[in-house]
Amino acid sequence: MKANDMTPQSETELAQIIKDASGPLRIKGGGTRPIGQTTGDALSTAKLSGITLYEPGALTLVAQAGTPVEEIEKTLAAENQRLAFEPMDHRTLLGTKGTPTIGGVVAANVSGPRRIAVGACRDFMLGVRYVDGMGNIVKNGGRVMKNVTGYDLVKLMTGSYGTLGVLTEVSLKVLPAVETTATYTLTGLDDATAIKALSAALSSPFEVTGAAHDPATATTSLRLEGFKASVDYRADALSKHLEAFGTLSKAENNWAAIRDVTAFANQQGDVWRISVKPSDAAALAANLGATAVQYDWGGGLIWAQAPTGHNLRGAMGDIAGHATLIRGTGQTFHPEPAPLAAISQGLRDRFDPRGILNTGIMS
Amino acid sequence: MEMPLPNAMVVSRKDQLVARLLAVLPQDSVISDVMETRAYECDGLTAYRCPPLCAVLPATTKQVSDVLRICHEMGVPVVPRGAGTSLAGGALPTADSVILGVAKMNDVIETNYDDRYIRVQTGRTNLSVTGAVETNGFFYAPDPSSQLACAIAGNIAMNSGGAHCLKYGVTTNNLMGVTMVMMDGTIVEIGGAHLDAGGLDLLGVICGSEGQLGVVTEATLRILHKPEGARPVLMGYDNSEVAGQVVTDIIKAGVLPVAIEFMDRPCIEATEKFAQAGYPMCEALLIVEVEGSDAEIDAQLALIMDIARKHNPVELREAKDADEAARIWLGRKSAFGAMGQINDYMCLDGTIPVSELPFVLKRIGEMSKEFGLDVGNVFHAGDGNMHPLILFDANKPGDLELCEDFGAEILKLCVEVGGCLTGEHGVGIEKRDLMHVQYAPQDLEAQMAVKDVFDPKWLLNPAKVFPLDASASRR
Repeated sequence: MKANDMTPQSETELAQIIKDASGPLRIKGGGTRPIGQTTGDALSTAKLSGITLYEPGALTLVAQAGTPVEEIEKTLAAENQRLAFEPMDHRTLLGTKGTPTIGGVVAANVSGPRRIAVGACRDFMLGVRYVDGMGNIVKNGGRVMKNVTGYDLVKLMTGSYGTLGVLTEVSLKVLPAVETTATYTLTGLDDATAIKALSAALSSPFEVTGAAHDPATATTSLRLEGFKASVDYRADALSKHLEAFGTLSKAENNWAAIRDVTAFANQQGDVWRISVKPSDAAALAANLGATAVQYDWGGGLIWAQAPTGHNLRGAMGDIAGHATLIRGTGQTFHPEPAPLAAISQGLRDRFDPRGILNTGIMS
Repeated sequence: MEMPLPNAMVVSRKDQLVARLLAVLPQDSVISDVMETRAYECDGLTAYRCPPLCAVLPATTKQVSDVLRICHEMGVPVVPRGAGTSLAGGALPTADSVILGVAKMNDVIETNYDDRYIRVQTGRTNLSVTGAVETNGFFYAPDPSSQLACAIAGNIAMNSGGAHCLKYGVTTNNLMGVTMVMMDGTIVEIGGAHLDAGGLDLLGVICGSEGQLGVVTEATLRILHKPEGARPVLMGYDNSEVAGQVVTDIIKAGVLPVAIEFMDRPCIEATEKFAQAGYPMCEALLIVEVEGSDAEIDAQLALIMDIARKHNPVELREAKDADEAARIWLGRKSAFGAMGQINDYMCLDGTIPVSELPFVLKRIGEMSKEFGLDVGNVFHAGDGNMHPLILFDANKPGDLELCEDFGAEILKLCVEVGGCLTGEHGVGIEKRDLMHVQYAPQDLEAQMAVKDVFDPKWLLNPAKVFPLDASASRR
């Protein structure tokens, strides 16, 4: 096998490749989320594929890292279940082709609009197997929903972009799918008022599972899910609760487009993803120097499109949060304060002492 | 239970240590009198006791930093302590250690209802976090059964769960940020009121690290609006396999109850004697609770009752009002007390895949006969987190050891069927030496490498979590 074309068929083979590696390795899942820059020979998890265990009654699914997300979603749908954290598909926004894998989702901690209600990818992770930078096969967590046995490396591995180890298997908590999904919108609100409306909705007992605002159309969207009678009841209650913000009207479900930020696809410019406290969002967005923004997570997630090379992160000033450059070249991740950067580097040095796994991708 | 020998050098320098601590803390915050330190000799795992060298009760993050810096310089082990309710010995001192208690730090720093979080000092009790926001209709979701007494610091250290985590998750899913003091005194801020980490998920690994990576002094916690209402239903079955199937069927039907609790016959009998909740005498009792508006509750319960009926329950009782709901919960909530009336007990905490429930219950019954010790089972069935209560007599020589051996066998069984040693109590010293059962050497090595980075001298709670032989070269 050529050194620049490595697609191990098993975890053992993957471990051997890493053990024998003499230079940096670029870990590749489906290749649909080229976030961050690194170099090295490609090491693909595509052949580590397949669902290894699925127990609908226990809400648990275990899959090898290279398993296509689509295969998992299909399998779950057959049992009327789903990945509740609603992972974004980056292909449209980034113009990539290929097959998104569950390993890629986990490595980048990819979530969607429902994150605000149920948690992120990391909150649904029950266990991992991975190969560290020395070629050791390591497991952490397991396949049960409550597990505090030892340190939670499952969370640490989730969102570590392959820098601490190459994921070979992940185990996930899944949830029942819903009978009814309904979207309700308010229109004509400015950003600050829209976010106040989203906060009011999310601070209600009516279990809103999507809360987004698109300034381009001045549309504020709320999603309700569940049994139909319950959705109808909550829609009514929510409409009274939000009276001060206007009339709530029923709309088409548009959450896949919100999730995938399709509005910024096929356009010039950089795309940034900014996580802040919702009440900071509107004022911050106005000062970012962005050409367009949209809000998800009740305002806590700002998607911003900006002129190529614009230092949007600099505009954040003292506001707590972080900005990630999702499309464009430059420093991808938000710099960490010195003591945290030292801890992160310390962890990388221990998990991958030779610094060969996705070197520098998180800088 | 083996604990490492105290470091004689550290013990001999006690006076010097106390003098340095008194230079940074008020006099009443340093407890060094031999009689007074006994107040800190154990936590909720009372079978093991050892007074610390001294105890400190700092009132600010700065004071915590000063204490840790001094202990770091002098090579003194530090055992952080929340409210001391750990059932796993997480706050058990060694004779050469300083107990760092956060009890004086219990203020609410900020509440923000628009952004739905509260920031507290970590000595605050779990229930009083909800207490601070409930007049506005909010609550803090994780609800360990010790919530009246346990501190947020300990909840974060152990990643505590509760009865309602099937819907709301455990501590780690509700923790947004912390202020933490590292062993060398460095104060770090991780996370905050925004979501998810920018870089590595350090918050994720700190939560549940049993006080071994740093001392968390402040925490930002997610708060939620209370549901409009909640209502339980009680069902009894004459065999646990059927009850297990009911749990599976409910989950598969697409309903997500906030709680599914399970009790077996020994537990039902004990609680009936103790609390007279009016439970049916049967092999398996389930309490299923759902939330929402009245209409929603009706709709969900109708579905659940349908499923329950299909499996021929010996009893099926829906709470019509708050009074009946309270009666349904009464027995479950007094289960531990009821077992304690019979004898001393040891409470285990292993988790199993829900599908293995009937098999594991059967095996526990068989083992109970082999060991000659009674055991009652009461647990969170929705998530497979078991709490077998093994009865023993602490005054009978050898009974505690027999009980521990029995407990270890049950936990090994949990691991064998695909589960784990502890679902919400933590490893502490109690399950420390069983970690080999669940994890291979390289798995433990990876976890210990994390501690190496946060606490290179292994001074924070050093003799916990990892088997002593595995951590020996580091301590």
